Amino acid sequence: MTAQEIYDVLKTTFGEAIVELKLDILQPWIRIEPDKTRDICLFLRDESVMQFDYLSCLSGVDYNNGTFGIVYHLASMVHKHKIVLKTFCTKDHSHVHSVSDVWGTANWHEREVFDLFGIIIDGHPDLRRILLPDDWEGNPLRKDYKVQEFYHGMKVPY
Amino acid sequence: MGLLDQRFENSNIFITSLDGLLNWARLSSLWQMQFGLACCAIEMMAASASNFDIMRFGVIPRATPRQVDVMFVAGTVTIKMASRIKRLYDQMSEPRYVISMGSCATCGGPYWEHGYHVLKGVDRVIPVDVYVPGCPPRPEALLEGIMKLQEKVRKESMVKKRA
Amino acid sequence: MELQQFLMLTEFGKAFIFLLIGAVFVALGLLGAWIFRPHRPYPEKNATYECGEEPVGSAWIRLNVRFYVTALVFLIFDVEVAVLFPWALIYRQFGLFGFLEMAVFLFILIVGYAYVWVKGDLNWDKPKPQIPTIHRTIVMSTRLENAPVHSEDI
Repeated sequence: MTAQEIYDVLKTTFGEAIVELKLDILQPWIRIEPDKTRDICLFLRDESVMQFDYLSCLSGVDYNNGTFGIVYHLASMVHKHKIVLKTFCTKDHSHVHSVSDVWGTANWHEREVFDLFGIIIDGHPDLRRILLPDDWEGNPLRKDYKVQEFYHGMKVPY
Repeated sequence: MGLLDQRFENSNIFITSLDGLLNWARLSSLWQMQFGLACCAIEMMAASASNFDIMRFGVIPRATPRQVDVMFVAGTVTIKMASRIKRLYDQMSEPRYVISMGSCATCGGPYWEHGYHVLKGVDRVIPVDVYVPGCPPRPEALLEGIMKLQEKVRKESMVKKRA
Repeated sequence: MELQQFLMLTEFGKAFIFLLIGAVFVALGLLGAWIFRPHRPYPEKNATYECGEEPVGSAWIRLNVRFYVTALVFLIFDVEVAVLFPWALIYRQFGLFGFLEMAVFLFILIVGYAYVWVKGDLNWDKPKPQIPTIHRTIVMSTRLENAPVHSEDI
């Protein structure tokens, strides 16, 4: 299935939650609303014409204008097609529902997004920092991040 | 305090010849604690392999800090790892030396500017004796670092150091 | 005459001198090390080694009893073999009687061996492998012809 066909099927099922489709680029992406993310992902995994059973990557983005985003790269082992989903949320109210019960790999990827961006993942079984130590201050991959001066007596900046 | 360690105020022929013997014994068998953290570890392995062979200098890799003389910090030191390095350095027994291998261990390396979790130089947590520059340093550079450390060990003395 | 006999070195004496020289050699090495090495203990140095982490829990762990059982069985049969050696050197001069005597001794120990074997004490138990179960839904119409079917598939 092409990206246009996937978008059409999703639009008929979910209507308003599917916002737009961006074609003519190397990896066409579909923008979805953050509060319907889990339902859309469950549909994409279980529907027989879609069967996106493999989450290649889940990553966070800081667009430097007050919006954050989460990007999902999905692939299907059965039908051998791929699609990219993007959700946007504002910096003040950054909550996205977890997809870790849809695909198991999302567990650690969402922990990484929480650790490095500070986006709160609702419904995550074990939301805590994964890469940085637990008492680190701040979320490093945000554009306005300033590194802390000292950590346990060690000077952090150069 | 050891029986003869740091007990003498001034040197004499007996002390210097004993020093010479002990220092020769220590520099000929500097057992290392391999602390390969990142890419410099590959070069450390290359130096241990047959082409460059640090074992002919008496350097045998041991996994535990209790039985070693020198610790090669080879690779990028993250801040999470730095507290473990400090603890392991504390658990080494004297006489102990540290060789900081590669630019990441010396000064943070290519991550000096934007690396938020990289310790900019392992000498922020432990005292370093020899710095080996390079990214990564060639095995011959590591061998030269070992030889510099051997020169340093040769000059050590049982005489108490004056302030 | 008696003094000379007293001072004569038997074979045991030679073995004793050998033992003494070995002990003195080791003691000299340790003494030399104690004289020359630095000794500067402090609390972080004396802490238990746990690969750089803070030591958690006790270093005394409970071991499986199979180590003890194996060692015990080995000891018993090793002593049996040690008794067998001198007998093997001189059994010809005792003839049939010597042979039957050792046969009785071996029979008693073989009964013990058979008991240990049947009870399963010689098995080094292997843990049962845990095969993971994966929960997923696969639409059967898209599967290949001869693909294996698991009970969780719809």
